[in-house]
Amino acid sequence: MDKHNYKSYRIEAENICVDYHGKVALYDANLRLKAGQICGLVGMNGAGKTTFFNALTGFVNISKGKIRINGESLRIAQKYQAIAYVPQSEGIDSQFPVSVWDVVMMGRYGSMNILRSPRESDIQAVKDAIDRVDLMELSSTPIGNLSGGQRKRTFLARAIAQRASILLLDEPFAGVDIRTEKLISELFIQFKNEGKTILLSTHDMIHVREFCDLVLLINKTVVAYGETSEVFTPENITSTFGGMSPDVLLGPES
Amino acid sequence: MDLCFLNINITSYVADPLSHEFMRKALLMSSLVAAVCGFLSSYLTLKGWALMGDAVSHSVMPGVVVAYALGLPFSLGAFIFGVGSVALIGFVKQKSRVKEDTVIGLVFTGFFALGIVLVSKIKSNIDLHSILFGSPLGISLSDVKQTVFISLLVVILLSVFRKDLILYCFDPRHAKTVGINVLFLHYLLLTCLSLAAVVGLQSVGIVLVVAMLITPGATAYLLTDKFDNMTIISVISAIISSVFGIYLSFWFDLETGGSIVLVQTFMFLFAFLFAPRYGIFKLKKFFSKY
Repeated sequence: MDKHNYKSYRIEAENICVDYHGKVALYDANLRLKAGQICGLVGMNGAGKTTFFNALTGFVNISKGKIRINGESLRIAQKYQAIAYVPQSEGIDSQFPVSVWDVVMMGRYGSMNILRSPRESDIQAVKDAIDRVDLMELSSTPIGNLSGGQRKRTFLARAIAQRASILLLDEPFAGVDIRTEKLISELFIQFKNEGKTILLSTHDMIHVREFCDLVLLINKTVVAYGETSEVFTPENITSTFGGMSPDVLLGPES
Repeated sequence: MDLCFLNINITSYVADPLSHEFMRKALLMSSLVAAVCGFLSSYLTLKGWALMGDAVSHSVMPGVVVAYALGLPFSLGAFIFGVGSVALIGFVKQKSRVKEDTVIGLVFTGFFALGIVLVSKIKSNIDLHSILFGSPLGISLSDVKQTVFISLLVVILLSVFRKDLILYCFDPRHAKTVGINVLFLHYLLLTCLSLAAVVGLQSVGIVLVVAMLITPGATAYLLTDKFDNMTIISVISAIISSVFGIYLSFWFDLETGGSIVLVQTFMFLFAFLFAPRYGIFKLKKFFSKY
């Protein structure tokens, strides 16, 4: 029974804490997400959004708590490439001499042999992924020559090629063109129908209302978590952003 | 008549040095060393490890001295001190409030000083000048064997883990996410750095070996947007600098290590000014006008 319960959650983070050299970045954070759910991660700069992602990808070690991915440990989840991470634009060196194809192929590395020589299936997966983000004609272009939106789509394609069941997206809508924004929102709907679980951080409150079934408000720890319609209230947002008026954050329409 | 004279002269300028056994050996060994360092330098420049390269190459000094004194292969001593210095840098940084670049500077100068003191104290046939400034013209047979062995090892390691290392330099977080051992890659690159520093110091010496590890990569980075091409350009420019540098030192009686590095620097300067896409004069645009 307990086992079955575990299985039904894609992400299960229980009371996790992360500290960097004695400074607490995140404490007692909880999150449970099922297949097909899209959750928005909202908080100020420095509130621990990237730290949360880092903990879920295993890039930093948690000092307390427990993370289960599909009911398994993080190490096993990494082996199955269960989690894909789409970095925010500032998180990568855009002048690195690799092409769109190279980057998307990196999504397949986890399941390749030690020399990372692509099989027919890997090549097909990369082709399909590049096609889904509509970058086929740019596939041999160095990423340094792409626009911000095209680069964002490249990393999305990498996540698609990886065939992960969980997608973590750090600021997916920051600095992208309208065409990319539309394409990403269409992809989100497709991912949801495919049963993928999505956790995305964003500064844009409108996007949260538009896409997210659930919202997780954090400020070093969880301020509020639940259905967007219930939790995404001006009061909760105010306390997440340290007493700032939600009018400033949401604009006059709310 | 004049032209004919010039022609003979040029041929003898190129061919004469080759009649000396030590020159042939120096040219061959330096080219090998340059190729290895050039190969590695495309990773180091992209990873942003220039300062780390400087630190490691200086820190290997006491290791080289101790290994010589104990009759061990100098590469072993250099390797231990090279990796040890990086571990120490990480430890001090984590346990104190001192900033990273200060810690790096502090640790490698400390090791370097220890090396110099050891040379003066341990009575052996170590020539301080040849460690500091290189002695490609006086490489011994045992050095040749070690250099060839280490060079092959570094090239094999970098080739086998090539794609993983590119990923590690580019996006370590993704590497970690798909279950690639990032810590292993970190130490692999560090190991290659220490080993390359050891072979490089024979050619240009400890003081200048960092140039062998970063300049060819930086030059190549200005000339291409493809990693494979970057590696090829880096290796070729390193070999050309080595050969040309040794010839210059032969013709004009210059310090060999210094002239090799100076040729590399001029090649970078040329790329910096005239690279088709990234040079400040952008030759491509210039040509396309006409």
